[in-house]
Amino acid sequence: MPRHLLNPMDFSVEELYKLMDLAGDIERNPDKYAHACDRKILATCFYEPSTRTRLSFEAAMYRLGGHVLGFSSANSSSAAKGESVSDTLRMISCYADICAMRHPKEGAAFVGAQKASIPLINAGDGGHQHPTQTLTDLLTIHSLHGAFEGLTVGLCGDLKFGRTVHSLINALTRYEGVKFVLISPPELKVPSYITEMLEQKGYEYKEVISLDEAIPELDILYMTRVQKERFFNEEDYVRMKDFYILDKEKMSHAKPDMLVLHPLPRVNEISVEVDDDPRAAYFQQAQYGMYIRMALILTLLGIEVE
Amino acid sequence: MLNISGLDNGVVLDHIPAGKGMDLYKYLKLDELDCQIAIIKNADSAKMGKKDIIKISTDIELDLDVVGFISHHISINVIKDGKIVEKKTIEHPKKLVNVIKCKNPRCITSIEQELPNIFTLSEGSGKTYRCLYCEEKYEG
Repeated sequence: MPRHLLNPMDFSVEELYKLMDLAGDIERNPDKYAHACDRKILATCFYEPSTRTRLSFEAAMYRLGGHVLGFSSANSSSAAKGESVSDTLRMISCYADICAMRHPKEGAAFVGAQKASIPLINAGDGGHQHPTQTLTDLLTIHSLHGAFEGLTVGLCGDLKFGRTVHSLINALTRYEGVKFVLISPPELKVPSYITEMLEQKGYEYKEVISLDEAIPELDILYMTRVQKERFFNEEDYVRMKDFYILDKEKMSHAKPDMLVLHPLPRVNEISVEVDDDPRAAYFQQAQYGMYIRMALILTLLGIEVE
Repeated sequence: MLNISGLDNGVVLDHIPAGKGMDLYKYLKLDELDCQIAIIKNADSAKMGKKDIIKISTDIELDLDVVGFISHHISINVIKDGKIVEKKTIEHPKKLVNVIKCKNPRCITSIEQELPNIFTLSEGSGKTYRCLYCEEKYEG
């Protein structure tokens, strides 16, 4: 039975540190890993469009010396003919050594994993899980800030529908003393099961409306986009939207070593004037995304590089 | 007061929460049986105030997971020659297969009809069942 990654919690804390250490070594010594996946094939099965995640997986495999095949929309796959996810994964298992799959339906990766005889990585299943984004976020924090313990993490924007936010909160509750500041309009607060989980596990959190108010105490600011269509009326949107735009003025109240993260794509929630601020880590984050995917491919394939 | 006679042989499901008798009838697929079945709704109960009862006039093996899903307080008595010969205890089932369907329109089971509908009991104090695939809570 191959090892899969369907949920960010599939890896233990110890395994995650190992994975992050490997990603760090890849970053420092890329040549050492340039042929680690010679003659190996990654299948990228993307049933819905994605730019960053698919390109990140492909870049990761090419940088390991491997090959990539796949499809980038359901229309160009046999799903358009009505093939089940299970059958597609069985077939892909005959061609490739490892597979990254994105699907608009929740639980699709789990279904695929039941029949795949090669490692399967969930590259996003609807609003459910997106584990490689969470691993990316963890690696970025670990690489640029060091320890997770004791961090005050602000999550800002659409906390209701943002799966990256839910996954990251979940993943950070495995480290002691993390404090959460949940910054959002009342309409877009985190679902109650998240706050209940924080209470149950004994993590400190507060829910606030204003980013201005919250920013001075943060070690990490995780920004997400507030989408207009999430609001019930235009008036509320106009009233609220500037609250959640990060600009130079707001950054001036932040700690000198606070990190700004964003899963991207950024639209207007982070003003471009912030991009040159050394605390803006979101493009570096995209690069860490590639390194963690490289580490993940090696780990799931059981390849060790001496 | 409505009187329904006792059973000589068969199974009695007692202490069904009031209003859940028909759900249980449906989930247990009792409509597929051709024996006599009585569903008593809103019977008086010292313990529960009101309760539902189902009497089945044949000795059948019931899916206890389905019964436990409706309520673990339901009692099952097997009757032979007018006497209770067995009382079955019910627990919350850990897993439900093809009993209830996931209502999440984004769930993979909404487009792949051949997948079994599987729900598992979440850890913790509340009796919460979550879809095995999308982990959405079953709201009834």
